[in-house]
Amino acid sequence: MRGVLIDAPVAAPAEPMSDAGAAFDPALPWRRARSVALRPEPFGALVYHFGNRKLSFLKSKTLVTVVETLADHPSAEATLVACGVPEAQRPAYVSALADLARSQMIEVRTSSPPTARELAAGPCDEAAPEDS
Amino acid sequence: MTAVLPSRTPAPERPTGGRLIDQFEYGLDAPICLTWELTYACNLACVHCLSSSGRRDPRELSTAEAEAVIDELQRMQVFYVNVGGGEPTVRPDFWHLLDYAIGHDVGVKFSTNGVKLDRARAEQLARTDYVDVQISLDGATAEVNDAVRGAGSFATATRALENLAEAGMKDFKVSVVVTRENAGQLDEFKALTDRYGAQLRITRLRPSGRGADVWDQLHPTQAQQRELYQWLLANGDNVLTGDSFFHLSAFGEALPGLNLCGAGRVVCLIDPVGDVYACPFAIHENFLAGNVRDEGGFQRVWQSSELFADLRSPQTGGACTKCAHFDACRGGCMAAKFFTGLPLDGPDPECVQGYGETALAARDAATVTPKSHIDHSHKGPVRGQPTLLGMPSIPKAAPARICDESPLAGLDLR
Repeated sequence: MRGVLIDAPVAAPAEPMSDAGAAFDPALPWRRARSVALRPEPFGALVYHFGNRKLSFLKSKTLVTVVETLADHPSAEATLVACGVPEAQRPAYVSALADLARSQMIEVRTSSPPTARELAAGPCDEAAPEDS
Repeated sequence: MTAVLPSRTPAPERPTGGRLIDQFEYGLDAPICLTWELTYACNLACVHCLSSSGRRDPRELSTAEAEAVIDELQRMQVFYVNVGGGEPTVRPDFWHLLDYAIGHDVGVKFSTNGVKLDRARAEQLARTDYVDVQISLDGATAEVNDAVRGAGSFATATRALENLAEAGMKDFKVSVVVTRENAGQLDEFKALTDRYGAQLRITRLRPSGRGADVWDQLHPTQAQQRELYQWLLANGDNVLTGDSFFHLSAFGEALPGLNLCGAGRVVCLIDPVGDVYACPFAIHENFLAGNVRDEGGFQRVWQSSELFADLRSPQTGGACTKCAHFDACRGGCMAAKFFTGLPLDGPDPECVQGYGETALAARDAATVTPKSHIDHSHKGPVRGQPTLLGMPSIPKAAPARICDESPLAGLDLR
């Protein structure tokens, strides 16, 4: 999505629904990326990356809490448990986080294996099909 | 003017879950982004200027007031603003406000005709994070561009593009309003943009400001709209559109983007004197929600104005809601309907199903299209003033003889 008005390329809305979670390791420690701001909204939250100008939407309040507390837990998995995400819904949350990782909204917290680092910095085109 | 807005259900409850677009119809706590026109002053006199700019307004926000607005946007977490005008860079404090905004977590994208973008400014911009630049160009050739933007404006814009490219600026944009005259130049625009390593952005001509005077002559024909739609489907991934052409989605395939009128819901306009309008194409008292100088500032206008509350109720009635394509185009652009004298719950004047043309033809002969009382157009002649053939232009007020105002004028010194 691009706007006259809204010109930020929009990353695919992060919602615990889709199943595109291959490129993300939930066992690693993650955090909201340093150049990303999060703004609560009635439906969840808006997240904006000041560096790549991407805009994304968190479509559930639980997902907002997950993203905000990633940094407090040893891994993304642990965060989901701590936030009370039911086991059956965890794969959906993992794919939502994978979407956010692809658009660089979240990043691996400490030094990480080369493969994971490569993934975190990978291209965002898939997460933002309307992005150029 | 009565019954400004399409019929809507009173104070509906926001649904939980569902599509984002449905959530956006109910508005957000703060705009996703907003347009901020810093001044009505402009060195050009483009025939289609959406804000009828030219002369500075003496009531324009001072530097301190503009900083206070930025402080407020930071508190509300408005992530970025689209700065325009007028020509924003002619404000002496423009560069200061740019730095101030970026220093307060408000990213800036500004539109300019390039008049101030010399090498030094281009280098300065290339060094600055969180700023995006858009150079306006409405023809891929000087001939087509200068007919609407004024003689010499193509040269000014391309010089600015050169300076930005040489300075190593990344991701700057060439911003084009699609008209009947340049609709056939889309590939040329793309090539020109690629040449500078820039990105092409095309938007829709609205009958707003002076655009109302030239809309009949300049808006793309139905055939051009279809070609534009095909072109966007083929090239859209590499071109920005600002969600401008969502009315084209009624051709069949939805174009990427919001496909929703964001006016007062996710976007708005702050004009140079601090007035807050529903959108940049709606500078008219009917769409005026308040002023940033009012008690409670911008936040109160955004969150509490009656007008914006009305705009945040989904449209439930009107001719368009019965159309099979309503979900695709949502009735099109509110400003385009308003300034062509069409009802706001009916079709967009450029409705691709043809209902707009029918509606335009069915207008009463006595229909007076609404005119904005805000007009800062230059009153005297402007250097390089565009002379679109057949266009009503500013009356030539040039002195009958050289130095008519001089005490020596007319004096034969031979």
